[in-house]
Amino acid sequence: MPIPINEILVAVILLNFFILGTSRLGTCIMAVASQGILLALLPPLVHGVNGHSVLLSVGALSIKGVVIPWLLFRAIRRVRIRREVEPRIGYIASLLLSALITTAAFLFADRLPLLPLHIHSFFIPVALSTLGAGFLLLITRRKAITQVLGYLVFENGIFIFGILLVEAMPLMVEAGVLLDMLVAIFVMGIVMNHINREFSTINTEHLSLLKE
Amino acid sequence: MHLYAIFALPFLGALAAALLPSERFRPLLIPAVGLLHAYYSLRLAFAPQPYPPDAMLGLDALGRLILLVVSLLFAASSLYAVGYFRTHPTWGNRIFIVCLLVFLGAMSLAAAARNFGLLWVAVEATTVISAPLIYFNRNRLSIEATWKYLLICSVGIALAMLGLMFVAYAGLQAGQGPGLQIDRMLAEAGLLSKPWLRTGFVFLLVGFGTKMGLAPLHTWKPDAYGEAPGLVGALLAGGLTSVSLLAVLRALQIMTAAGEDILARQFLLILGILSLIFAAIFVIRQRDIKRMLAYSSVEHMGILAVGLAVGKLAAYGAMFHVMNNALTKGALFMCAGNIHRYFGSKRMCETRGAAAALPWSATLFLIGFLAITGSPPFGPFISQLTIIRGIFDGGNVLLGIGFPFLLLIIFIGMSTTVMPVVLAPAEADPSPGEGAKETWLTVLSPLLLMSAVLVLGLSLPEPLRRLFQEAADLIEVGP
Repeated sequence: MPIPINEILVAVILLNFFILGTSRLGTCIMAVASQGILLALLPPLVHGVNGHSVLLSVGALSIKGVVIPWLLFRAIRRVRIRREVEPRIGYIASLLLSALITTAAFLFADRLPLLPLHIHSFFIPVALSTLGAGFLLLITRRKAITQVLGYLVFENGIFIFGILLVEAMPLMVEAGVLLDMLVAIFVMGIVMNHINREFSTINTEHLSLLKE
Repeated sequence: MHLYAIFALPFLGALAAALLPSERFRPLLIPAVGLLHAYYSLRLAFAPQPYPPDAMLGLDALGRLILLVVSLLFAASSLYAVGYFRTHPTWGNRIFIVCLLVFLGAMSLAAAARNFGLLWVAVEATTVISAPLIYFNRNRLSIEATWKYLLICSVGIALAMLGLMFVAYAGLQAGQGPGLQIDRMLAEAGLLSKPWLRTGFVFLLVGFGTKMGLAPLHTWKPDAYGEAPGLVGALLAGGLTSVSLLAVLRALQIMTAAGEDILARQFLLILGILSLIFAAIFVIRQRDIKRMLAYSSVEHMGILAVGLAVGKLAAYGAMFHVMNNALTKGALFMCAGNIHRYFGSKRMCETRGAAAALPWSATLFLIGFLAITGSPPFGPFISQLTIIRGIFDGGNVLLGIGFPFLLLIIFIGMSTTVMPVVLAPAEADPSPGEGAKETWLTVLSPLLLMSAVLVLGLSLPEPLRRLFQEAADLIEVGP
């Protein structure tokens, strides 16, 4: 059976588009979670089944695929919101932008001085376009929760690049990275809750009291 | 053994703080941990211990310097923390104290990390753990500041991770053994693939520069420092910025070892000068004393970046300035906190005439302002002068003139805010604030810090001078 690495990476890109195009927050969280689960499958597929790649895979699966989505679902239940309304850039426009970014990522990746092993592999362009999609979410959405989702997609992009480097990273560091991310999301969830309590909304455009 | 004490102490202290039921006695854990931590850090700082070449943890001169700075600042401010909670006996302090101690542990870990990945993990941990500290006042303003801080710094740190991966990829491409162990990266830096290394450095600089608060990546800084309690402002502006600087220095070390230092220095110089310009623009007519201090912090990060970019003598000046900046900023934020608590405001117009109401805090605030803007005979005067001399030694006359000129503008800008706050006659009818008077504990911390800054300026102890020199030499090790 051929190893379906490229298929997984294509699915990751499709999920990027899906996340950018949907307004329902629950669906968005599910999509980010499935992206995390797909990525968690990659380390053993790329590097073979060994202790390091399996542990990384299990860690990513449980944190990106289970714990963080659960935290986020809990957060939206508490603040009682379902939809992202009025993004700064409309859905169609952000889809088009994302398509541009993805095209640019594929064109650009061919020009990079890559290892012979990685030339024409999907890893680099998919990492770049996922980073782009995450960044787009971060800057164009108004709700705090969608900004957190943007941060997660951004982190997924970094994770894709990191899979190429699994052997270069000690396991302890990878564990630390995942743990840090988990705590960050946890703290962001709490802060979101407090924003909701203070302002009765988690639209971040209300956070504009502090300025020069 | 001592090396493990500097992490074990804060983490055990945090555990104890989480378990201790008494709100009254819990704050005492802060000075207990802080003073013991300072004791071990002092012993470590002046007695270098060799570490195996593949170690995860170990202290080189840079690590020892940053550890010492963080530890001294924390020890001095721990007394203030006790006084702070005495004036607010009813406020819940469990989360705050646990976070504060873990924060110290994470900063110590960053100082001692010999693996770039571990350093990243520690710096990211400081971001997350300091968010509840900034939010301590629990109001609309502080939640806004916390959100901006958390989001901007998390994204910044994520960019740094990307940069780190690019550098690791540069290593893979050179066909060298994998790893992010700093000593090995330095030894084999010459082999790294140049394009990936350069891109990686840019991302590392942007990422950790966000955390340092170099302009134009500083936008979270005035908000976070403005809304955080004075104690937290002191630790962020003195401790956390120094730790983030350490991460930038590690990246600079690798670039220098790879023979790419010219490019790295150009980037640092640009960010440094931008920081000075931004600080000069925003510090003028700044009516809020804590936000003013935040822009002053941006300025001093700029000074450090310029010093490092110029190198040689200026790099020594920058190492000296790390300590001066941390201690002086610490004192200033704590005094600003005292003023803020007494008047219930940190706006200039509502805190006029602080000298009459709070003689110690206001006087120390004034002295701290004079020190941080580079007036003799304090430490920052010597270190800034050293950096300027270094610039002229390097032959860059334009920078040598522009740099002191910007410092002068910032001095004037800050004085128009500080002078009325301290010296203006008190308002006939002071606004009813919290009215919390200064106590010996909340005054002792800034007093100790300012005395240390004075000693640094009058006669620099020889072991410290050697530490600064060794740290500066480490940055200059070429291929």
